[in-house]
Amino acid sequence: MATPVKVYGPPLSTAVCRVVACLLEKDVEFQLISLNMAKGDHKKPDFLKIQPFGQVPAFQDEKISLLESRAICRYVCENYPEKGNKGLFGTNPLAKASIDQWLEAEGQSFNPPSSALVFQLALAPRMNIKQDEGVIKQNEEKLAKVLDVYEKRLGESRFLAGDEFSLADLSHLPNAHYLVNATDRGEILTSRDNVGRWWGEISNRDSWKKVVDMQKQQHSP
Amino acid sequence: MVVKVYGPAYASPKRVIVCLIEKQIEFETAPVDLIKGEHRNPEYLKLQPFGALPVIQDGDFTLYESRAIIRYYAEKYRSQGTELLGKTTEERGLVEQWLEVEAHNYHPPIYEMTVQLLFASKLGLSVDEKLVKKSEEKLGKVLDVYEERLSKSKYLAGDFFSLADLSHLPFTQYLVGPMEKEYMIRDRKHVSAWWDDISNRPSWKKVLELY
Repeated sequence: MATPVKVYGPPLSTAVCRVVACLLEKDVEFQLISLNMAKGDHKKPDFLKIQPFGQVPAFQDEKISLLESRAICRYVCENYPEKGNKGLFGTNPLAKASIDQWLEAEGQSFNPPSSALVFQLALAPRMNIKQDEGVIKQNEEKLAKVLDVYEKRLGESRFLAGDEFSLADLSHLPNAHYLVNATDRGEILTSRDNVGRWWGEISNRDSWKKVVDMQKQQHSP
Repeated sequence: MVVKVYGPAYASPKRVIVCLIEKQIEFETAPVDLIKGEHRNPEYLKLQPFGALPVIQDGDFTLYESRAIIRYYAEKYRSQGTELLGKTTEERGLVEQWLEVEAHNYHPPIYEMTVQLLFASKLGLSVDEKLVKKSEEKLGKVLDVYEERLSKSKYLAGDFFSLADLSHLPFTQYLVGPMEKEYMIRDRKHVSAWWDDISNRPSWKKVLELY
């Protein structure tokens, strides 16, 4: 039996969840090694050796150490093509190109404003950091413009890159989940007909439900 | 049929053009004037609904996001031109890693600096000096990590030039050129040597000559 791959980082981290969701979709056995970021585990020398930017997650298998959640997801799909959801990263070059396009759209257009909102609305209060109303308003407007494009796209296509669920949709799950479940701004997604429909479908996948369970377990005593 | 690249005057389209040249792929370009707001024209938005640059057309096929475009062509034309994806799955993994590092750690601060220092005045806006300073500090910290990496490795993903290095060319050219911040590169010995190497590739020199 192959050694489980290792993922370093807390299950509550959006980027860590992105990788865990991918590993679950691909049916790749893994071990999650949690880090206590409040205690600064991610800035300690031992961790910086495998992740020099001091960010999470980090990933290791028998052959390689990697960082950046979207790179890790792409590597997992390429290294385990026959396992789990074989179509997660497309089964032909044009399908893959469309998935890469929407993965980049997620990373460049969806992620910055949604991350900022999740931080301001869900995390800052918990960390006793004062919320910045200007930043919240600015990022709400930015995200709304992005979701207008998504609304049109998802009226023409079941999932972002085409008819099948892909890595591009998966990549949106962590931030969208927090927006809908940990802030009062969830309707930015759910009030749009097509985006709401899409969110309902992707968040009901077994892999994502397992990730949400893992997050809840971190909270239980 | 030849690949058409929109917006060659700007940085992100150049990321695509230098890749096409490395892979010996024929292409043509179509201008898009950001100052005139041509990226907001309905015809352009049909191709790139986010109103960003670039987009390519290849026959009936349309694709946007420069880093998606370069991945597609580097893979499609694997057997010609420069190998840009490494040779093994592990090397490919490292190329993907450093492409993502560029996209999420390097690009955000250097993009803010580009908008403030090169485009704000053209758009009739005042420069946000605080934001420039903050972005420069952020970029400096990223370059410190690069300095350490490049002291052990000739290129970012290993001893081979790849999409990861290539992706840095356009905005770093702005940094050392019109932004007048060449010291950020030169103050770091290994980053400096790496920059000299990649920016002197015939493909990049061709891009600067043409656009």
